[in-house]
Amino acid sequence: MTASTTTPSGDDAPLLAVDGLSVQFQTRRGTAHVLDEVGFTLARGQTLGLVGESGCGKSMTALAMMRLIPQPPGRIAAGSVRLHGRELLALPEAEMRRVRGNRLSMIFQEPMTSLNPVFTIGEQIAESVRLHLGLDRRAALAHAVDMLAAVGIPAPARRAHDYPHHFSGGMRQRAMIAMALACSPDALIADEPTTALDVTVQAQIFDLMAELRERTGTAILLITHDMGAVAEMADRVAVMYAGRIVEEGGVHDILERPLHPYTQGLVACAPGRRRTAPGETLREIPGTVPSLLRRAEACAFAERCEHARPLCRQRPPPGSQPASGRRVRCWLYPETTPADTASPA
Amino acid sequence: MSAFPDSAPSPDTAAAEAARSPGREAWRVFRRNKAALLGLALLGLVALVMLLGPTLYPVDPFGLASQPFTEPFTNAAVPLGSDYLGRDILAGIAVGGRATVTVGLAAAAITVLIGVTVGALAGYFQGWADELLTRLTELFQVLPSLLFAMVLVTLFSPSLTVVTLAIGAVSWTTTARLARAEFMRLRRLEYVNAVRAMGAGPLRLMLREVLPNALPPLIVSATLIVGTAILFEAGLSFLGLSDPNVMSWGLMIGANRAYILDCWWAVTFPGLAIFVTVLGVSLVGDGLNDAFNPRLHQR
Amino acid sequence: MNAPAPQTAPPLLDVQGLHVHFNTGGWRSRAQVHAVDDVSFAIARGTTFGLVGESGSGKSTTALAIMRLLQHSAGEIRLDGTDIGRLRGTALRSARRRFQMVFQDPFASLNPRKRAIDTVREALDLMAVGTPDGRAAQAAALFAQVGLRAEQRNLFPHQFSGGQRQRIVLARALAAHPELVVCDEPVSALDVAIQAQILNLMKRLQRELGLTYLFISHDLGVIRHLCDEVAVMYLGRIVERAPRETLFERPLHPYTRALWSAAPSFDSRERGRERRIRLNGDPPSPLDLPPGCGFAARCPFANARCHAERPALRRLTAHQHVACHRVDDDARAHYENDTAACTNSA
Repeated sequence: MTASTTTPSGDDAPLLAVDGLSVQFQTRRGTAHVLDEVGFTLARGQTLGLVGESGCGKSMTALAMMRLIPQPPGRIAAGSVRLHGRELLALPEAEMRRVRGNRLSMIFQEPMTSLNPVFTIGEQIAESVRLHLGLDRRAALAHAVDMLAAVGIPAPARRAHDYPHHFSGGMRQRAMIAMALACSPDALIADEPTTALDVTVQAQIFDLMAELRERTGTAILLITHDMGAVAEMADRVAVMYAGRIVEEGGVHDILERPLHPYTQGLVACAPGRRRTAPGETLREIPGTVPSLLRRAEACAFAERCEHARPLCRQRPPPGSQPASGRRVRCWLYPETTPADTASPA
Repeated sequence: MSAFPDSAPSPDTAAAEAARSPGREAWRVFRRNKAALLGLALLGLVALVMLLGPTLYPVDPFGLASQPFTEPFTNAAVPLGSDYLGRDILAGIAVGGRATVTVGLAAAAITVLIGVTVGALAGYFQGWADELLTRLTELFQVLPSLLFAMVLVTLFSPSLTVVTLAIGAVSWTTTARLARAEFMRLRRLEYVNAVRAMGAGPLRLMLREVLPNALPPLIVSATLIVGTAILFEAGLSFLGLSDPNVMSWGLMIGANRAYILDCWWAVTFPGLAIFVTVLGVSLVGDGLNDAFNPRLHQR
Repeated sequence: MNAPAPQTAPPLLDVQGLHVHFNTGGWRSRAQVHAVDDVSFAIARGTTFGLVGESGSGKSTTALAIMRLLQHSAGEIRLDGTDIGRLRGTALRSARRRFQMVFQDPFASLNPRKRAIDTVREALDLMAVGTPDGRAAQAAALFAQVGLRAEQRNLFPHQFSGGQRQRIVLARALAAHPELVVCDEPVSALDVAIQAQILNLMKRLQRELGLTYLFISHDLGVIRHLCDEVAVMYLGRIVERAPRETLFERPLHPYTRALWSAAPSFDSRERGRERRIRLNGDPPSPLDLPPGCGFAARCPFANARCHAERPALRRLTAHQHVACHRVDDDARAHYENDTAACTNSA
């Protein structure tokens, strides 16, 4: 096990680095390439938005990072996930269990099914604290109450003794966040954390997550299908399509000057808060997501892309860096020439 | 959390196959299920015994064919041995299948009919209808079923028809509860509302929209009921409450139960026959369930 | 055709004083939930009326009551002058051709054991559209109209993607040439890219067929894109109703403002700078309604009167209706001075 001394612990070293992560699933109809060389980095205190349509592999990325992919039928075929320079994919399972919920934690979309209905909220938070921080029962429960207070649950000492069904949807998601942050993890993976919630409650949860990030410096990987959520929360954005990251960049760049045709479609097709004229037609992305059964020998988006050229259907596009801090995987941007497209903001 | 890709196949390739008739498509799926084919073979064997047994082996199963307690495979006159009275076991197997299987299937049919009707009405209409039918179901459930069946059979004459009806009358409650739960779940789905919004009445909704989708668990439970009904008949026979003049596998087991240690073959062979029948029914039921599930078509 | 009908024309749908009460705790219990409480609105022919609200606001219940899939407790539902809320039996069955519904979940709104074309065909049969001989061709035409390919006709629902399923649902709803189509969150379950396809299709169909939509959604972007007039619901009541632009440019009810400011801004540079109304807590359950304004418990501007007396939906300007004590008859929101509360963030 390489200690953190092998990597420079300066400010530039990413907290979390995912590189070349490939995941395959065996299905009755062949091998599905669910993730194909996914890579990104996340710095301390940063929020990376991972966006894409359902089935694009964004949740699978989270599960692969946590090593929670059901094996079989799944398999991490290649890649690395490094937290503070430590390779998570090489850790023995027992060691990995000490990382999960402690250094790297996760919250899920559906707060009802992610909490165990037969234990109190306080017990469930305390459980993880006892496991990872080695506190005794009383201290762990006190810590749980502190966490509930930190996520804005009124009368936390009393509510800690409530069962999940006593909590509303928004309160449950707060409790989930309290549980995820109880051991002050380095990074938090939030998989569609507000999709099941009403919009006014979603706003509360976003405010809470932003505030906690300020206070603790926890890095957040926000997985979502909602460009609005990304605009609200993220510093950087990675756009996934058919198991690959097709574009990555700062949130302003992605939303205002998207480069990849897929990103352009995603940004344009949501009515959002833009004013649309009566009778205006929304921009559509025609067709549907392709099957993942054949590994992309071409650009996976070519079938739906209005700019597609013969080349797009022959070879997968290489990654290029059209501007500093931006990456795109598209034949429209073949070379790294920062001059021709977006000038650095 | 289905991050897993949409399992829908590309519609173009699927289109050609789906255009086949539903019957052929179902048979194609059924045929692929090896266990179901085995079940079908077992049921074929049972049917053969039922149809041809008495013709191919015309021996009176009540007649005293040899010495009592003749061991199997020792006397060519009674290949499978004889029971405590000296009756031919093979003759019993050959003839008894008719009564046993008929009672099993008929009782299961009655059970499913009553159970699904009661469950469907309760689950679909809810409110007071549900309240009433659920109470009725509970009433039948708390009665000890064997005792209740005995009372029914003794009230009337112990004929096979009465036995069949009695078994049906005491065993429908489980099916009713299952059907009720399924109907309650399915009637809330939007596609049922969609058809309601087009003016369809309750009967059509129940029969055309809800019932086909409620079938999978009902088919599985029906196949289990065939087995239970056959064993139930055996139980009644043992108590002397089935028709004593009609040979059945259950009657053989019942009559020879007391001699099980001295004369294992007299209960084992009819027991095996029942086992084969029940196994066949349940394997075929499983296969049918798959065959009528469009999700398993073309793959 | 798409232009709003002139004010003088009678509305296609006119809902007056709609109430839907549920008994809770079994059929013998007397406890009641007022899921929909005195809801009134009208929709002009050929226009789209939006109903916005959070879960538990009663918007879906309103839709089901108008569709006569749920018995309402009181009120009138006039479709082209006829109170369809009073129709029974055959009269209701034949009236059903005129109003149809598109449901939220395209995975639950199609019978999994029926082929796509049979679903459309069944609608034609049930509502006795045309002659039996002509229905196969009609079903095929509907299939094409919603943008599905002929070779997809014989597929089962699970072989379609969510967006394609919603197209089948639309074809089914349009089978009998309805005038009113009630859409209950028709795109909420779809990916954004697919949402745009379905919204564009719905607009095209409205133009081509002169349809009138009652469009229910929690997504303000979608509502703003599609609707001519919008009503905001909270706890079973309409709290504000206005033409689209009025409602989005100058919302008056604090809840409407909170809803608007909670929706994520697409302009990422704007974030945090906006003056926001942040609400605490979740929408309450309609089980035990407070005596006063239903929103008072979460409203940063509520005063004593709000907690004691329920505000009625008042007409302020020609088109804007608001139910709030803190908005005066000249459409001035008095709470705007309560700046302290405005910046309150959870």
